[in-house]
Amino acid sequence: MANMTRRRTVELPDHPDFLWVADQKPKKAYDVIIIGAGGHGLATAYYLAKNHGITNVAVIEKGWLAGGNMGRNTTIIRSNYLWDESAGIYDHSLKLWENLEEEVGYEMFFSQRGVMTLAHSVSDVRSKQRNFYANHVNAVDSVWLTPEEVKEIAPIVNISEDIRYPVMGATFQPRGGIAKHDWVAWGYAKAAADMGVDIIQNCEVTGFKIVDGKVQGVKTTQGDIAANKVGMVAAGHTSVLAGMAGFDVPLQSRPLQALVSELNEQVLDTVIMSGAVHVYVSQAHKGELVMGAGTDSYNSYAQRGGFHVIEHQLAAACELFPIFERAHLLRTWGGIVDIAPDASPIIGLTPVENLFINSGWGTGGFKATPGSGWVMAATIANGEPDALAKPYALDRFISGHLIDEHGAAGVAH
Amino acid sequence: MLHIPCPYCGPRDETEFHYGSEAHVAYPENSSNLTDEEWAKFVFIRSNPKGWMAERWVHSAGCRRWFNVWRNTINHEFGPSYKPFTQQPKSPA
Repeated sequence: MANMTRRRTVELPDHPDFLWVADQKPKKAYDVIIIGAGGHGLATAYYLAKNHGITNVAVIEKGWLAGGNMGRNTTIIRSNYLWDESAGIYDHSLKLWENLEEEVGYEMFFSQRGVMTLAHSVSDVRSKQRNFYANHVNAVDSVWLTPEEVKEIAPIVNISEDIRYPVMGATFQPRGGIAKHDWVAWGYAKAAADMGVDIIQNCEVTGFKIVDGKVQGVKTTQGDIAANKVGMVAAGHTSVLAGMAGFDVPLQSRPLQALVSELNEQVLDTVIMSGAVHVYVSQAHKGELVMGAGTDSYNSYAQRGGFHVIEHQLAAACELFPIFERAHLLRTWGGIVDIAPDASPIIGLTPVENLFINSGWGTGGFKATPGSGWVMAATIANGEPDALAKPYALDRFISGHLIDEHGAAGVAH
Repeated sequence: MLHIPCPYCGPRDETEFHYGSEAHVAYPENSSNLTDEEWAKFVFIRSNPKGWMAERWVHSAGCRRWFNVWRNTINHEFGPSYKPFTQQPKSPA
């Protein structure tokens, strides 16, 4: 035993250096504080430093870095939404993904293996084709597939007409794909930290310091921290933060569950989504099948949901992919997502001066990580909405200019 | 799975129910005089508390009736359930 231990110690490489200061304590004041060290918060800090030269920045996090939805999601990346505003921000994000690993100098296993969205009924085909044409108008790559073409790309799909919801066609975005979510967070964190951004974990916001309608800083479990500008990038907890700052946001927090199987041989080299039967699946590089479904129906901050939601998605998965019947479930998890009435994000100014919001990404925020950070950084730096973010302002719920993406949000939620 | 206390039928599995969000959201009075801001508040803003919340459910695969119930969004614990248009019990908090 002693011998084995010694031998293993010799064979293992040295523990890697920390990518950022793990026990960073807050300074008394910053130019900008970002609340939330998830993907979007870290990306915001990175682009503040990189694009705008603002490096006196703290990202404060109540738990640990990327310990929320960024640490557990189905990692799907695509930009084939319906509306012009969505094409603007999501395709900008996809273009950033395409150079991200080189730019930040960190491996992220970004893999453009394509994303396929199946249609299972005549009305489903019509709405997916509408989406497909809309993508063409916006120069977002999109291909329409017949069931036979679906089978050619993904041989494990059951295209029999005898199943309850037969495959009648699909849209396919070849530039879509997946990335390794935690490595994305680490890459952004390392690159931001290298430029001077402080990442402060275990630091929960308990209130805001607001004087004459202008934010002056935050109160936290590690004391008060002053800031000229504050950005809230807190996903499921945005309503709680907005409540502390004294304004309402049209968000509801819901559990979203996902699961992985045990490791399997590679059987699926693309991403397949089906809104109608509520399942989406890809296969990670190591071999796990990664699957997600719709949200649980009720408001919650509990980071868990009902197992019947998992059963429902597995029933659909087994019908569509018969070989999955013999796969074993390894782990399920639930995160809390903030859903806006039109299934589109809320980005921009708030009723409190110098306090900015980036929220409402709901069930599909991962794909938008670079684009979201990019526009949030520009919005904070300039004090006015970035052009791509402007349609996503809070006041769209007053003007009625909603960006209804329920149909393109992957699965119905 | 939640075990939801229907005030008509007693506790039943969540799969028999559909969710109706926040309870006690009244249609605005003087609706013809509302500003856009006031309409936005009525149409889009719902409370989203971390903690006890009074919410609506419908027992769609049971008695098919709507009711209200207190539920804690931190741990999914249920408080009292009650029929519509009856006195709201106090928050268990």
